[in-house]
Amino acid sequence: MSGSREAILGAIRKNHVQGERPRPVVPLFDQAVPADLRALFQKSLERMGGKMLTPDAADPMAPVRQAFVKPGPVVSCVSEFQGDMQITPQTKPTDIAPVEYAILRAAFGVAETGSLCFTEKQLLVNTTGFLPQHLVILLDPAQIVYNLHNAYQRPEWTQAHYVVFQSGPSATADIEGVLVHGAQGVRSLSVLFHPAS
Amino acid sequence: MTAELHEELTDPHAEQLDHGGASSQPLKSRISEPQPRGAKIRGNRPVDQSEAANRFMAATEHEAMHDARLWDLRQKRDKEMHGIEEWEELRDLASGIKEHTLSKLDYYLELFEKNATANGIKVHWAKDGAEHNAIVLEILRSKGVELLIKSKSMLTEECGFREFMAHNNVEVIETDLGERIQQLDDEAPSHVVVPAVHKLRTDVASVFAKTIGSDPDNADARYLTECQREATRPLILSAQAGMTGGNFVVAETGTFVVCTNEGNADLSANTPPLHIASIGIEKLIPGLNELPVFIRLLSRSALGSPITQYTSHFRGPREGGEMHVVLVDNGRSERLGMEKFWPGLKCIRCGACMNTCPVFRRSGGLSYGATYAGPIGLIIDPTFNVHKYRNLPYSSTMNGSCTNVCPVKINIHEQIADWRKTLAGEGEISPVKKVMMKAAGEVLASPMVYRASLPLGRSALRHLPHFMLYNKLNTWGRKRDVPETPKQTFNEWYRKNRKSQVEGEKS
Repeated sequence: MSGSREAILGAIRKNHVQGERPRPVVPLFDQAVPADLRALFQKSLERMGGKMLTPDAADPMAPVRQAFVKPGPVVSCVSEFQGDMQITPQTKPTDIAPVEYAILRAAFGVAETGSLCFTEKQLLVNTTGFLPQHLVILLDPAQIVYNLHNAYQRPEWTQAHYVVFQSGPSATADIEGVLVHGAQGVRSLSVLFHPAS
Repeated sequence: MTAELHEELTDPHAEQLDHGGASSQPLKSRISEPQPRGAKIRGNRPVDQSEAANRFMAATEHEAMHDARLWDLRQKRDKEMHGIEEWEELRDLASGIKEHTLSKLDYYLELFEKNATANGIKVHWAKDGAEHNAIVLEILRSKGVELLIKSKSMLTEECGFREFMAHNNVEVIETDLGERIQQLDDEAPSHVVVPAVHKLRTDVASVFAKTIGSDPDNADARYLTECQREATRPLILSAQAGMTGGNFVVAETGTFVVCTNEGNADLSANTPPLHIASIGIEKLIPGLNELPVFIRLLSRSALGSPITQYTSHFRGPREGGEMHVVLVDNGRSERLGMEKFWPGLKCIRCGACMNTCPVFRRSGGLSYGATYAGPIGLIIDPTFNVHKYRNLPYSSTMNGSCTNVCPVKINIHEQIADWRKTLAGEGEISPVKKVMMKAAGEVLASPMVYRASLPLGRSALRHLPHFMLYNKLNTWGRKRDVPETPKQTFNEWYRKNRKSQVEGEKS
């Protein structure tokens, strides 16, 4: 189909929009960044339907364990927590289907939107972000950026093949505007501030 | 399908939130009413939007719900807009970035192709829908794919993709809830973001009862959503290939970006070993500095939420997987050369123009009988088929609201006016309009005749019985009251009150 490639590019060159249209310079819009981004992140996350877990200084993983309210296999993609299921190089994407809870560490967070960023490096198998029923996510507060402009300055975009922002759980309002969590992906998403070791 | 449903379903405290397209005000249809169907398609004959709109308005519960739901989205969009100081600057930037990219589209497409190929993505080019479908079928056949899971894509609607695949023995499963409802009901999406927004919950209950075996008497939205999740999940797990569209394509990194609220694009892309993305050539943007401008504008304009729940970036296949991108023209390169209409290519398919449009809200997206409905449809559809869609540019009040809410500043209402001129110039105008235009033209051409006609019209408006104003020939009388008619024309008032005064001052 290389004929079509040339035909399309040829038609574009023939029909190009006339006049000089320079590439705009996009500012970062970050003149007024709050000193502590945690509060803004939390507000945005809750707005998107996510939950914040309360840290426990004495037992840092206690809030994660307490988040498991339903029985079922737990898969952990973080070194801080031991799950029921081991992810190995042989694990297939569909093997994650029976998982009730997945524990992940976000690469970084975005305060403006309450978004959590994951790449294949954090997910191990990409479906750990979507096939489990619930997610519990560790986020290093030092890895929160102010807005999306700052987020796209990060190095992940040219290092990973797959990068996703998850902003709250899966949601739909396709039937009469009624919000339902867990349309296809995860039903709930909880975040615990926990510095990376 | 009632026994093994997850318990969230019955959570009495589950509430209406304001993200993910949820409504900020509880809406609930009160009565069950047969769903009005869309425009009657008769080959290449011009689509009669107003005929279908009348049937939609006659279904009062559907019309009221549709209107309220979309107006709610419009109001939430306004709230988001007021929360961002740089909103207007973002709109200017978005428009400028799109115009810049469209002015160097060949360069950016080749740059994307080079970078994506270097990362292991196989890039294909399709000049039209038929070629797109053939390319995808060839990829699927080479892998023996019989079941394809798919996230929402307006481009594949343009291409008639599902019908084509059905004829070629590939089962296609839509994974977006709204799109799946429409697929199961054998109906096109009525809105680019909320495909089943024209349906009441009772309509969905009846579709699901017939197709996936839900309880026909249970029209609870949570129950219906859960039934769909349970029915679709085994298909997601057994599909041999996944397909997505692409909202944005970043040339400098070879990345394409998909935005969803359900996470269905991520499931479709990451579960099976093969991922195919169909993307229109106008989706290009230069680099990563530009991307946040669009991510910040898209969901805020569409649903009034700060971002979609999932914003997914694909830059190459995963370990052991295979990734293809099909770049589709389908009339876009030709549109680029249309002096008045090329700015339509800036569209990011947010649907804000639909949500704000009084005609769209009251007539439903299926009344347009075309892939793209609402204001953006009025200016895009005639580029696909000028004869079939010649009536659509008249389905507008010209209030300009679409232009005001457009995040990429497309001059939608001006283009609607330009289409009316273009269509008249090409002889694509209906006989009734032709006679009316001719009479209006004669009156408007002569100031004397025009002035003489005004008091007559005014007097007529005041004294005509109601049925003369609100009848079938006057489409403007439907669902509208004519404002009270002034007792004199402006000219009469001016001559009486000001002219003597002005002349007095002069002398």
